[in-house]
Amino acid sequence: MLPIVLLSILGLVVLFLGFQKSKNLLLPATLLVLAIVLVANFLHWNDMPSLYFKNMLFENKFTMAFSGIVIFSAFLIVALTRGFVDDESAQPAEYYTLMLFSLVGAVMMIGFENLIMLFVGVEILSVSMFILTGSDKKNLRSNEAALKYFLMGAFATGIMLFGMALLYGATGSFNLTAIKVYVMVNSAPSAMLYVGLLMLLIGMLFKVSAAPFHFWTPDVYDGAPTIFTTYMSTIVKTAGFAAIYRLLSGSFSGIYSFWWMTLAVITVLTLLAGNITAVYQTSFKRMMAYSSISHAGYLLLSLTALTSQSQSAIVFYSLAYSIATISAFGVLMLVSKETGVHSYENAERFEAFNGLGKKNPLLAFVLTVSMLSLAGIPLTAGFWGKFFVFSSAADRGLTWMLVIAILMSTVGIYYYFKAIIASYMREGELSTIKVSPFYRLILIATTIITLVFGLMPDFLKGLV
Amino acid sequence: MLTLSLILIPLIAGIVSLSTKNNSAKQLALAGSIVELGLAIFIFTQFQANASAQFSFSYPWIKSAGILFAGAIDGISLLLVMLTAFLTPLIILSTFRQPYKNASAFYALILFMQSALMGVFTATDAFLFYLFFEAALIPIYFLAAVWGGENRIKVTFKFFVYTIFGSLFMLVALVYLYYQTTGTQGHTSEITAFYKLALDAQKQGWIFWAFFIAFAIKMPVFPFHTWQPDTYTESPTPATMLLAGIMLKMGVYGVIRFILPIVPLGLQTWDTTAIVLSVIGIVYGSIIAIQQRDMKRLIAYSSFAHVGLMSAGVFSQTLSGVQGALIQMLAHGINVVGLFFIVEIIFSRTKTRNIEQLGGITQRTPNLTVYFMILMLGSVALPLTNGFVGEFLLLKGVYESNIWLGAIAGTTIILGAVYMLRLFQKSMFGNKTSFTEHFADLSFSERAVLVPLVIMVFWMGLYPNSFLKLTEPAVSNLLQMIHY
Repeated sequence: MLPIVLLSILGLVVLFLGFQKSKNLLLPATLLVLAIVLVANFLHWNDMPSLYFKNMLFENKFTMAFSGIVIFSAFLIVALTRGFVDDESAQPAEYYTLMLFSLVGAVMMIGFENLIMLFVGVEILSVSMFILTGSDKKNLRSNEAALKYFLMGAFATGIMLFGMALLYGATGSFNLTAIKVYVMVNSAPSAMLYVGLLMLLIGMLFKVSAAPFHFWTPDVYDGAPTIFTTYMSTIVKTAGFAAIYRLLSGSFSGIYSFWWMTLAVITVLTLLAGNITAVYQTSFKRMMAYSSISHAGYLLLSLTALTSQSQSAIVFYSLAYSIATISAFGVLMLVSKETGVHSYENAERFEAFNGLGKKNPLLAFVLTVSMLSLAGIPLTAGFWGKFFVFSSAADRGLTWMLVIAILMSTVGIYYYFKAIIASYMREGELSTIKVSPFYRLILIATTIITLVFGLMPDFLKGLV
Repeated sequence: MLTLSLILIPLIAGIVSLSTKNNSAKQLALAGSIVELGLAIFIFTQFQANASAQFSFSYPWIKSAGILFAGAIDGISLLLVMLTAFLTPLIILSTFRQPYKNASAFYALILFMQSALMGVFTATDAFLFYLFFEAALIPIYFLAAVWGGENRIKVTFKFFVYTIFGSLFMLVALVYLYYQTTGTQGHTSEITAFYKLALDAQKQGWIFWAFFIAFAIKMPVFPFHTWQPDTYTESPTPATMLLAGIMLKMGVYGVIRFILPIVPLGLQTWDTTAIVLSVIGIVYGSIIAIQQRDMKRLIAYSSFAHVGLMSAGVFSQTLSGVQGALIQMLAHGINVVGLFFIVEIIFSRTKTRNIEQLGGITQRTPNLTVYFMILMLGSVALPLTNGFVGEFLLLKGVYESNIWLGAIAGTTIILGAVYMLRLFQKSMFGNKTSFTEHFADLSFSERAVLVPLVIMVFWMGLYPNSFLKLTEPAVSNLLQMIHY
């Protein structure tokens, strides 16, 4: 549980660093904090699974792997923030601190053993995200996004809390193991348990933007500053899925026959809504919002299957998805800054990438690999993510869902390739974009990770 | 180790070529592919004519799931490995007179493609096969979409989505089969383990369709062919050569390697359907080819017709059908690459591919006429040329399976002669036109491409046994497995 403690304390340290006149120290300091936390997270890798803080939090390889993904993603995203320190109105210290604090929430969501901890984790993460979404204060869309996210989020949290209360009423405990025992022992559990589970699930599914609870996603993702869109679409999602997995496998695997159909319908809806709507987008950023919905669908497919493999499947998928998303948004931020000079309209559309391959071969390559990975083309990590998810579904015998998922991944290729086609095959007036060596290093690193896991998935699969 | 080198040499050469300057990439790519050819010839001479898998390598790849990084060469792979190794240097050489922008990337992609193709033809693990099967698509997509003609973006995109769509069904079938296997350490994905599964007939029917869609799109078989003529026409000629010469063989190879031995019961139900679709493709492709004016498009349709016959022969599940398909894959690869190259030679000099605008080339370059004629006759399947052996065996195979379908498939010989002779006559003979007045003679590099192709046409036509005897044990072993 070192990460939670370290993140809280060092987060405060970063906040106080903000009082200094020179802001140049903030970024290295935050990166250092994240590196320390990442190491601390894996210190107990070989230990037995254990409980902390009076059975409030749980730690095993799965939670450590997930915390690792979240912290590592945060490291990469923070590394890509170079540049917004130059903006005079920005308050980088607050942003960095909020990012660190939100990670505390994410780690709690991943390791919760008690529903109260889940609630606290969700709130810490969400409240930080509400602020970060609205951080572009002079931009109307950013404000709108923050308000929308806050109102919808508060509503969903209410439903979630109601669900927890009902679960408590039925089982007499917030503890995952106690609920599990209740479910196993009682052959006819009270109706409150079922209603409570559904309401809790709805609240969680809202956070990971599963259909039909996804309507806030495109607007919020589109309106928020791109760097925080990246943050939301990777860290919030990863933590959310870890939480749902812990919940379902930890407490409710005994009543699989009750909830699987509900989840199956939501999965299919999410796959359809995410992929088909993404096809019609003209804005790359909005397309990425819908793509994040569709990836939620694939992850849900693995959760619906809930076999012995689902665990490693969602770990792998989350990592592959997060890394690819970060590098795609990393390229977008550079390109839209450049394109935005000529026309504000085009800055975040697919047209922004026109002619990227000619003048900026590295950026085009990074973008291509990330798009291929998101589309699930072999030799990238994304392929193996899909592969493991699909094989867990095949193992459970969910053939009809598998067919839908496959059709939808073909649709996915369509919209991801729009970016590749724009960057290599269309003419554009992009000039050479200046990329700082550090930024370049991060982009190269994400690309290499995607390719290495594409060639040697066992590297990660064997661990968890 | 030798087999692994076949995959690695082009890969490394490609990476090196990517990092060199544009001018030297060409020479480097050629050198790399010639080294590869040398290795392939060595393997060819060392190959033992029996049914075993030779030169094998095997490393654990995804240990937790029992998936191997394993490959080997048996009689069925051998000819395709040879074809890939033989054609790639010629394809690279064929580009020497034509400057391509971004040459280092262009040649690197050709070499990556070769590496992936070698992987497809040698993989003995089903998931490794799938990986290479898909990986081959990425370089060819970029080759066609970046260096292609006017409509390239739309056309190649259709091609990409179409083929990926098909292969995803194959992936499902593979995953399903994988879960049916039982090994000492959990599941295994070795292809030979799939052969022993013996599922019930209904399941085999489903798996048959999953595989069939994937391979039928790749070959292509009617009605999954709509991507093909456009893609062949819009791609730059080297990419077209790779597509028609080697890549479509991946589909036929897949049928032999997966469909025949894994779902024999499924085939009992569906083989007639598959043969009928293939035969429709033969007749339909030929008739459309007769009406084409664009030389490249004409050869594209002829290729569609030819592959229909190969597929019909394979689905007949007879020794002569499968053997014919193997030898015909080699022959067709050689002929079609030669023909596309001749189209490219004509186009580079006259800037037109319309046969109405051509004519009288023979008066300017009798040399080209001779090469063209030999390749054309090979394609028409005249005895003593390579096409004859394959088509004869294929038709014999289809005939043994169903007389009427064999008879209809036999029209390919007549129809093929019609469109090929028309192409040859209109472009080579007659009066010179304004386009062909100043037709320049062949250059050294062009001859260097055509001469090896023509030698192969005669070698295979005169002594096919030097290839057939190597493949026969493996094929009869495979067929025994089906008909036990």
